[in-house]
Amino acid sequence: MRYAMAIDTKKCVGCSDCVVACQTENNVPIGYCRDWVVEVTDGTYPQLEIEIRSERCNHCDNSPCVRCCPTGASHYEEGGVVLVTPHKCIGCGACIASCPYDARYSHPDGYVDKCTFCIHRIRKGEQPACVAVCPTKCMYFGDLDDPNSAVSKVLKKRKFKTLIPEAGTQPHVYYLI
Amino acid sequence: MRFTASEGSLRTPTYCEVCFWQCAGWVYKNDSGEIQKITGNDDDPHCNGRFCPRGTGGVGMYHDEDRLKTPLIRTSERGKDTFREATWDEAFDYIAEKLKKIAAEHGPECVALFTHGSGGAHFGHLLKAFGSATISAPSFAQCRGPREVAFITTFGDIIYSPERTDIRDTRCLVLIGSHLGENMHNGQVQEMSDAIDKGATIITVDPRYSTAASKSKYWLPIKPATDIALLLAWINVLIENEWYDKEYVEKYTTGFEQLKAHVQPFTPEWAYGITTIDPNVIRETAREMRNASPAVIVHPGRHVTWYGDDTQRLRAVAILNALLGSWGRRGGFYNPEKMKLPDYPVPPFPKPNRMPQDAYQGKYRLANEVVSNGLCDATIPSVERECNIRAWFVNGTNLMAALPDQQKTIDAINALDLLVVVDTMPVEITGYADVVLPECTYLERYDMIRQSPHREPNIALRMPAARPKYNSKPAWWMAKQLAGKLGLEAWFPWNDLEEVLDWQLKQIGSSLDEMKRMGVKKFPRSYDDLYFAPGEEVTFNTNSGKIELYASDLEAEGFAPMPVYTPHEEPPEGFYRLNYGRAPVHTFSRTANNPNLTDLMDENTLWVNPKVAKLWGLKTGQYVKLKNQDGKVSTFAIKVRVTERIRWDSVYMVHGFGHNNPRLSRAHGRGVNDTELVTRVHVDPVMGGTGMRGNFVTFITDEPTDGKEAGS
Repeated sequence: MRYAMAIDTKKCVGCSDCVVACQTENNVPIGYCRDWVVEVTDGTYPQLEIEIRSERCNHCDNSPCVRCCPTGASHYEEGGVVLVTPHKCIGCGACIASCPYDARYSHPDGYVDKCTFCIHRIRKGEQPACVAVCPTKCMYFGDLDDPNSAVSKVLKKRKFKTLIPEAGTQPHVYYLI
Repeated sequence: MRFTASEGSLRTPTYCEVCFWQCAGWVYKNDSGEIQKITGNDDDPHCNGRFCPRGTGGVGMYHDEDRLKTPLIRTSERGKDTFREATWDEAFDYIAEKLKKIAAEHGPECVALFTHGSGGAHFGHLLKAFGSATISAPSFAQCRGPREVAFITTFGDIIYSPERTDIRDTRCLVLIGSHLGENMHNGQVQEMSDAIDKGATIITVDPRYSTAASKSKYWLPIKPATDIALLLAWINVLIENEWYDKEYVEKYTTGFEQLKAHVQPFTPEWAYGITTIDPNVIRETAREMRNASPAVIVHPGRHVTWYGDDTQRLRAVAILNALLGSWGRRGGFYNPEKMKLPDYPVPPFPKPNRMPQDAYQGKYRLANEVVSNGLCDATIPSVERECNIRAWFVNGTNLMAALPDQQKTIDAINALDLLVVVDTMPVEITGYADVVLPECTYLERYDMIRQSPHREPNIALRMPAARPKYNSKPAWWMAKQLAGKLGLEAWFPWNDLEEVLDWQLKQIGSSLDEMKRMGVKKFPRSYDDLYFAPGEEVTFNTNSGKIELYASDLEAEGFAPMPVYTPHEEPPEGFYRLNYGRAPVHTFSRTANNPNLTDLMDENTLWVNPKVAKLWGLKTGQYVKLKNQDGKVSTFAIKVRVTERIRWDSVYMVHGFGHNNPRLSRAHGRGVNDTELVTRVHVDPVMGGTGMRGNFVTFITDEPTDGKEAGS
């Protein structure tokens, strides 16, 4: 089992619903976020292009954050989901510095927090909150090892990229382009 | 008041009040009984189980600690925002006494209601019982009015809300200044995404590279204020090339020959000189529309009060749709149906001696709803008018941000005997009120059943998920209490709204209990008439019974029966046209203090083209004040965003910021309020709409360029 997410940049309108839904689902304190929207504009008026991406932890196969964690708080869960165990975390911030995607933040309660792929929802057979709420249905989630999962199917038929592949992290959030 | 929300239960149904789309959803509480999250109801056709960011962030309305907490009564002059706290009884006595005096001296019709929220139904009921039909929503004359009037004069019917646009099945979607995706009209945004998936062609006409433009096969970066020229050229191309739906036009329309002669000079080459759009692109996009016909939507938009000739522009849009045969066809415009609940039985309302339309004295006779700015005008004493309006109830609309020409609004308010503002937040209009009534949020109250037109008739329930915080109350309770003070109990013959809703629901075979479990209920259509059947005889609700390409209604009122392009004023040297729009995380000025939503966007920015920025030495992140053509300077400064996405002749900002009430701790002083810079209003003579895009601004860079953040 290998959980992954694919996000269609052609459909995403950058509304940030994924961000709000994540915050309310996961009790993320106001002023912090586990996911965010990036908008990249290219060209000059009127020859323009925008790529809009909803970004989050890439749940990498080769996660620098897990490697550098001195206490084992950062670890892999089932399906390759990268998690932090709050009570093991000493808040040293090594993982924050090591993450090329800047996907982690220091929670005011003293531990490092990040996207969990809503593992509490996945275990109940639900979609992550961001995927479930997205008005454009631009996010696909599922098991890469299952050829019939939404994410496997869409990655089979669409061109995609990952972010900062040169970091060698083997990310599992894919962007359809 | 009883509180019968199922406390401790997993979820309670609601429909959203953050915007007018009114998506139905479920409110969830955490273990300590606090509202934690709201998600969409899977059965709701408005949202299909997916709320937009504002709806998801609706929890912030409930948690906002700046909410209005208790009734307030003014202690000094209007606009000074000086109040004393009052009991509900005191507040109602104060209001009732003034209302009785106004009714005795001037007639009950001199009491007006401005509303843009669910509370309007309850206060509207109260006003009707009191003897006034002077009820208005800025959503008409400040927003979608021109499109409704244009489509009535053409097709004999309105667009409705949610819009009857069949985007889900369209093969070509044409957006003219409509920035779907930035305006999160949930169902439409969802369907636009579906259309992208299905490979539909999107054509976006916008001087700004909007999000929708970035999703489009064709972006037409039009020179602002020239849309009618482009539309006429499209009509010209369709007719000259015989690309229109001949059978449809023959069968259903009237006035084709006149239209053909009318548009003959309006070639793409003619339009090029006006719009700056390449004639080949005009032809190519017309061909795309024709190829998709009838599954094509030339979208009527929503906020369309731009330049004062808006009904005529929307007429051109309506004509294009008629030529393409999209009205009544799959992928074009469907025929919505509404599940209508019977009204709870009350005595007939007294007949008002004056209708609201009398306030604007024979003007705007084609307006199918009450013109709010007409009521505002009629509040300012004038010798020509028999009676001016003496009291306003304002519910769920911040008129200081909704009505352009703020000085006129203030003049009108100063002439009032009574201003009652009912809101959840201390928005600017509350500062002018004599009495402020704190409404609880939609998450803490019942409201009337949502009965909205859609493909499938459906209803939705809003019930309280939590007790009202502070000393806030639902609008229905306020209206009933006031009715008691005014001797109007006969029109409120129930104890609480649950009784009304249960009675209404039982008349259609449902019940309050059932709706508490389901949230949304769908009903079969009465007729299989979502689209026209092939060859079907259709009678349209127009004078001729046909689709009127040549509008007899307009002609009879002395207006051009077919749209004409008139040049609009251009920005003076050193000034830029002020354009404004929506952000997906905010609704009007309503959400600017919402803790969850300000977390995503807590100020608006001023979009400036790099050429302009270079000329003025502006840098992204710098704060500037703005001055308009009439010398009006913005109260606060706005952060510059230098971007290629905007033309060099205009600037752009998101509406709804620049709040000047310090009681809004997160919103105060953040960004600029576009409304205060709209001092020049181009009123649409057809229906009274307030054209707001004919204002020009320049930058003030020599003053200290500090936003709130940088300066304090």
